Amino acid sequence: MYDPTVARLTYRALLGRRRALILFALPVLLIVIAAAVRGFSGADDQVAVDLLGGFALATMVPIIGVIAGTGAIGPEIDDGSVVYLLSKPVKRPTIIVTKLTVAIAVTMAFSAIPTFIAGMILNGNGQQIAVAYTVAALVASIAYAALFLLLGTITRHAVVFGLVYALVWEALFGSLVAGARTLSVQQWSLAVAEKSAGGDLITSDVGLPVATVLLVAVTVLATWYAGQKLRSLKLAGEE
Amino acid sequence: MTTINIDHTSRWFGNVVAVNDITMNVGPGVTGLLGPNGAGKSTLINMMGGFLAPSTGSVTLDAKPIWRNEQIYKDIGIVPEREAMYDFLTGREFVVANAELHGLDERAAQRALATVEMEYAQDRKISTYSKGMRQRVKMASALVHEPSVLLLDEPFNGMDPRQRMQLMDLLRRMGDAGRTVLFSSHILEEVEQLASHIEVIVAGRHAASGDFRKIRRLMTDRPHRYLVRSSDDRALAAALIADPSTAGIEVDLKEGALRIQAIDFGRFTALLPRIARDHDIRLLTVSPSDESLESVFSYLVAA
Repeated sequence: MYDPTVARLTYRALLGRRRALILFALPVLLIVIAAAVRGFSGADDQVAVDLLGGFALATMVPIIGVIAGTGAIGPEIDDGSVVYLLSKPVKRPTIIVTKLTVAIAVTMAFSAIPTFIAGMILNGNGQQIAVAYTVAALVASIAYAALFLLLGTITRHAVVFGLVYALVWEALFGSLVAGARTLSVQQWSLAVAEKSAGGDLITSDVGLPVATVLLVAVTVLATWYAGQKLRSLKLAGEE
Repeated sequence: MTTINIDHTSRWFGNVVAVNDITMNVGPGVTGLLGPNGAGKSTLINMMGGFLAPSTGSVTLDAKPIWRNEQIYKDIGIVPEREAMYDFLTGREFVVANAELHGLDERAAQRALATVEMEYAQDRKISTYSKGMRQRVKMASALVHEPSVLLLDEPFNGMDPRQRMQLMDLLRRMGDAGRTVLFSSHILEEVEQLASHIEVIVAGRHAASGDFRKIRRLMTDRPHRYLVRSSDDRALAAALIADPSTAGIEVDLKEGALRIQAIDFGRFTALLPRIARDHDIRLLTVSPSDESLESVFSYLVAA
């Protein structure tokens, strides 16, 4: 279910393109902000939760997920070069699972690691806050990568839809409508973070069992459906 | 023996019928798929390559289905028309990746690069390649596993004459070696030079099939229409209609010209100036009125 050649091509495509710059820019921004906050106001658990929850988990992780998830397959489908993968005796689900693995690895690397570093800078992992948000970022990376990889296989406007989901649905509707929070990768991963943290600073609207089931279901279904879409992919730009 | 069987196959997109009830077999040797732009050649090749499902009918390779059967690519090599490749790789990296996806190693890639004579530029990024170089690297990627079937969509587009000759040589050798090579083109001369067998597609339909001599004859024997203006149209018309090479003449009073339908192209072109001279008639305009490729093809469809 994993093809090293597909993985190599995907890594190079992801990290070689210009939009990969955002992959580097956002984590740097997070760490700079964390350092500045720590410098101006010292260590404060509530500030750490606000910054890691409000910026790292709510904004940075989904955006990195959009870039890595859609970027792992979208551009190839858009320009037609995916034909070189599809005209090989390689199973379609293998291609998808490989690309998902790469997208997850890239999302984790560019979101969980900087989240952990920022958490350590902010309050030195007081009350397990840095670890909790790192775990949340790791968990969210998997679901986001799967979701946005699927978007990348079904629409040419995957980046736009991905950002709309991440920023409008999760951030805006999620803060206004309580029900929307139940259907939000961010809340599910917060449920995991809640369990990992020591105190009651981190809270989620979703219980851990429900969150776990939904995270697994979304990841598996999105991956399965992406594999199905790839099996009957019509290459764009023909007659 | 490797043969692609297309059996009563149609493919439509919404209301548009791109391929209309085509039945043909493509066997070993070089076959040219000829037709004007938009005739459905790419749609047909995409179905043969497993990138499009037939709406009705079937497309098989030695009785094995091609659609949704990735194992078929052990036998098929594809050279797509589109330019996009993994431009951030070097030519060698690209061909090696293609070999690996077939479960082969670097040696297969080197062999394919040698076959298309691209070793000299194999370590340059694909983004720096000319169109002809890209085409050759695409060829190499399709040849790594030495497939028994090679499908090429408009492979000569944008190639210079020397590159064209090289590629033709290569395809000819592959055909002679017993591989099934199918390429599409909208240029008759191209197909004629290379293909031992020609399939003509017009407006989604299978218009003609045979060797190039047969196709050429069909094309030159068709009725040719001319618009002729002269110093004495009626006298010219009377003299022309007496000869069997002319099937019909209309005196178009509004245009002030003759519309002539000739059925024997060679004889008519010799006859017209001779009659004009003998009858002391000045020819002012002689213009073929339906020489476009499309009209030639649409005649073939009707035939």
